[in-house]
Amino acid sequence: MIYEIRDLHLSLPDMTRKPLLGATPRIEILKGLSFDVPKGAVLGIVGGSGSGKSTLGRAMLRLLEPTGGQIKFKGIDITHMNENQLRGMRQQFQMIFQDPMSSLNPRRRVGGIIAGPLRLHGVENLPAKVNEALDMVGLPTTFARRYPHELSGGQRQRVGIARAIALRPDFILADEIVSGLDVSSQAQVLNLLADLVRELGLSLAFISHDLSVIRRLCSRVLILHKGEIVEEGETTELFESPKAAYTKELLAAIPLPDPYQKWDV
Amino acid sequence: MRDARGNIRRPIGARLWLSGGWLTLLALAAICAPLIAPKDPLMQDLFLGRMPPFWMEGAEPGYLLGTDSLGRDVLSRILYGARLALVVALVAGTLTCVAGATLGLVSGFYRGWPDRIISRFVDIWMAFPPVLFAILLIAVLGPGLLSIIIAIVIIDWTRFARVIRAEAMSQGAMDYVASAQVAGRTRFGTMLAEILPNVLPTIVALLTLEMGIAVIVEAILSFVNLSISTDSPTWGGMISEGRTSVHQAWWVLVFPLITLFLTVLSFSQLGEGLKDRFDPVLR
Ligand SMILES: Nc1ncnc2c1ncn2[C@@H]1O[C@H](COP(=O)(O)OP(=O)(O)O)[C@@H](O)[C@H]1O
Ligand SMILES: [Mg+2]
Repeated sequence: MIYEIRDLHLSLPDMTRKPLLGATPRIEILKGLSFDVPKGAVLGIVGGSGSGKSTLGRAMLRLLEPTGGQIKFKGIDITHMNENQLRGMRQQFQMIFQDPMSSLNPRRRVGGIIAGPLRLHGVENLPAKVNEALDMVGLPTTFARRYPHELSGGQRQRVGIARAIALRPDFILADEIVSGLDVSSQAQVLNLLADLVRELGLSLAFISHDLSVIRRLCSRVLILHKGEIVEEGETTELFESPKAAYTKELLAAIPLPDPYQKWDV
Repeated sequence: MRDARGNIRRPIGARLWLSGGWLTLLALAAICAPLIAPKDPLMQDLFLGRMPPFWMEGAEPGYLLGTDSLGRDVLSRILYGARLALVVALVAGTLTCVAGATLGLVSGFYRGWPDRIISRFVDIWMAFPPVLFAILLIAVLGPGLLSIIIAIVIIDWTRFARVIRAEAMSQGAMDYVASAQVAGRTRFGTMLAEILPNVLPTIVALLTLEMGIAVIVEAILSFVNLSISTDSPTWGGMISEGRTSVHQAWWVLVFPLITLFLTVLSFSQLGEGLKDRFDPVLR
């Protein structure tokens, strides 16, 4: 198993209700989630805006500390590890961010952006590794000298992917990575990601609110609603016979040009 | 596959040329003052008092910008005055910048208790009226170059702290910071390697602005006779003396005033120009 997650709770201080004096009340965002990510799985995490998808992702990468429950990564309990303990492991779980404009430091060239994490983990022969990573995401190696603002949205997201895979992690979390792109670059980036996952034998958690994308990419799906898992299962099974009322609602909202609903009824 | 966006070289721009040019000239004048000043700036000659600049009738050869009421050469005094002005600008500006920007960066990036302590400190500090504070301080420390510099640092570090704190805070919310954490960079490393380069253009702009302010503060303090001894020429001191005889000898007031104005203007324009140059997004 890559991830074993049991009864995961996470609450954050609610800044919208901060009182003038005294402690800020906390708002519970994840309310007891349990699921596994098997090795080599592509897990889709679906849910409406504000359902806690990004918070779950950040907890899995331990950018946030859970307030209850347990997260095991490859059998190791990382729930309450501190930053020093995590540092040695971080190479193994990586993330691709939603907005590449914000996740790529505007003052670094593409080469430096990809080389940074490699250098931190003591990888040698950096320029060759950077070129290799650019090559794998289908960008010319001359792009190493460019700044992020000189690239298109799709190219930027490829740099984000290159940065994540360059470390050769076991697991990658992709948080709404195509929601900011136009339709044709969306398809290209998704195909690239699918190919890389297969080639490198990665496990992937793919966060999205777009069910048609999830169906194409993911073997398993997890439906999140208001911080709780309402349904989890094999993608084909879940799409054909959804059990939870919320899942049915979501599926009904998919636009019609869709092989499953077209002939049904 | 190359597109032109990355290759456009923007011209350095008139404002950077002019301000940089003036300040270079001034720096040269300050360094070479003993070589290029036509007269001893302290030499008095009561027979040559209030001589007009060279183009006016009654000008004395060798005194290009005229003399003051004690017969001292205005040009030489301006050149020597540049020394003190630039030393104060460089030293006070840099110290203020380092102190304020460091505190602002830590407070804005680390948030939490360091931020609470530093921000509270800034608020209390800013409750004091600055000029009163400076005069009080110099009254205690006694006039002198060091006192001026300390006064400037103590009064103005809050400007850096506040602006850099806000900037570090907004940069800290960007995903590239989360991405550095995902990569395993330490908080401190992230602050230096990711945040600092992004706030550097603002720091540079504030620094040059502060250098301009330091020149003004030094002039004001000389004006009220709180700067270093009145013997060594300062622009503020010259302006103060020139004011009393402006109707008989306007040049004693006007030339140092123009120099001061151009210098302060150049510092602020240099900052703006450099900020644009530094920004790869704008470049
Ligand atoms: N730092 C925070 N402090 C308080 N509430 C937050 C914070 N971040 C997110 N939330 C809240 O948590 C909920 C889940 O957010 P998020 O995980 O970003 O959802 P999603 O990614 O599914 O849109 C939202 O209601 C959001 O308002
Ligand atoms: Mg989200």
